[in-house]
Amino acid sequence: MLKIRKLSKSFNRGTDNEINIFSNFDLDIEKNKCTAIIGPNGCGKSTLLNIVSGTIALDGGKIVLNGEDISMLREEDRAQYLGRVYQNPSLGVSPSLTILENMSLADKKGESFSLKRLIKKGNIDKYIALLKDLDLGLESKLNTRVKFLSGGQRQSLSLVMAAMRHPKLLLLDEHTAALDPKTSNVVMKKTKELIEKYSISTIMVSHNMKDAIEYSDRVIMLDRGQIILDKASIDLTEEELIHIYREKLVQNVA
Amino acid sequence: MNSLIVTSIEQGLIFAVLAMGVFISYKILDIADLSVEGTFPLGAFLFAKFISMGMGPIISTFSALVFGSLAGLLTATLFTKLRIKPLLSGILTMTILYSVNLKINGKSNIPLFKFASIYDLASTMLILFLIVLAIKFLLDWFLKTEIGYLLIATGDNESLVRSLGEDSNKYKVIGLMISNGLVALSGALMAQFQGFADITMGSSIIVVALASIIIGDTIKKNSNIVKGTTRAILGAVAYKIIGGIAIDLGLNPNDLKAINAIIVIAFISYNNFAIDIFTLFKKKELDNDAKNKKTIEEF
Repeated sequence: MLKIRKLSKSFNRGTDNEINIFSNFDLDIEKNKCTAIIGPNGCGKSTLLNIVSGTIALDGGKIVLNGEDISMLREEDRAQYLGRVYQNPSLGVSPSLTILENMSLADKKGESFSLKRLIKKGNIDKYIALLKDLDLGLESKLNTRVKFLSGGQRQSLSLVMAAMRHPKLLLLDEHTAALDPKTSNVVMKKTKELIEKYSISTIMVSHNMKDAIEYSDRVIMLDRGQIILDKASIDLTEEELIHIYREKLVQNVA
Repeated sequence: MNSLIVTSIEQGLIFAVLAMGVFISYKILDIADLSVEGTFPLGAFLFAKFISMGMGPIISTFSALVFGSLAGLLTATLFTKLRIKPLLSGILTMTILYSVNLKINGKSNIPLFKFASIYDLASTMLILFLIVLAIKFLLDWFLKTEIGYLLIATGDNESLVRSLGEDSNKYKVIGLMISNGLVALSGALMAQFQGFADITMGSSIIVVALASIIIGDTIKKNSNIVKGTTRAILGAVAYKIIGGIAIDLGLNPNDLKAINAIIVIAFISYNNFAIDIFTLFKKKELDNDAKNKKTIEEF
């Protein structure tokens, strides 16, 4: 599915503040599985997602998605294969547009945009069905501007928009971190339902150990650009994971 | 008084074209594009050049629109390709246009009285009304198309546009070209209206445009973004009528620029601060808040 080979990336190269995040980093992500990536701040979780999505250029190595080397593609050219939900609920939507307008835009993803009317009445039933699945009542707010929705509603909408065209790979970048615990749970459940329903391969970056175990098939722990744990979620408990996490962090500080 | 109102409305309609142009850069793309200070006289000088070359008034006027859009292309190229900050890109284009405008006819002031004008075709008011209406409907239609919505989304959230597989810079170029084209058209209409093109006519025109947009915003505050064109038109006409009455009542025309700036300061600060105080007294706003709270709880 996704193969990362000999990835290297450093920031502020050639200065005193040079930070080497990845060198010779390899990772394989399996098809139709949800892989959780956890680790302390600065371990390279978000950088990895940014490199895969093309927001940040890599220094060396290869990103291969379904046999195609996408390392040199621009962010917008990779977008047809990827879906992404950000930590900030406003980044996955256009806040001044309505739910219907946002969904109509997401529905055109990867196609060419022309001078045809964007909103097509024939598609509205499809959007309503997708929103009904969320069970948040958003289907009755099609003409509400997204900026008036709560963070959880906005994030759920981002999720539906990112998954709408069934991307080959879905990137979840701490997408529940900005939400309160109750809302975060609801969004996580919806996430799981959606990726199972459409069998979307997913990389989920998270700080939440419980979510990582409960909602993923495989947990990878990163520390300073290295994989220090790679296990099937079913073989892990939250306590065990927290224990390893703390142990590694203490080692780091020492 | 009557003729003053008529002249004010006519000038307001000319500025409505300007305001609709700046609406695209300022409100939709969220870019303070100062190049319009050069594009407005550019439109006037291009019209003067074309009409003196023997072209008809209609073709001369709309050629100003087409060539004016190239100024937008220049500004957009400066900040999308050369990564110069948008504000500075606009200032650089404006500076370049100052020299370009002087070069077009080789003079800083061109009288146009002896040439035909677009207003010869019918009454000035009717011509301007039809032009403004046509632009409004074209823009409203455009903003409902797939490309139009991407333009709005670019100003709103560029990462969404890229995640849809589109280059957001392309939409900034399109937006600034339409914006500057309309500003140049407005300049060409103004030159014919006043009977001359002058190098100083673009000075602080951005403030006039912003004043029109901001006044328009307060007229119909809560309506949808695509109706921003209507608000820009109403704002420009209201702005001109207020200005006309003020001068009629004895305001020194030389003070008008300061008044323009004060209008912009007053309305922006009203929008930034006053709402917080006034929501306490406005039932409608309170209801809206309650609704928002409810949706969060529902969730």
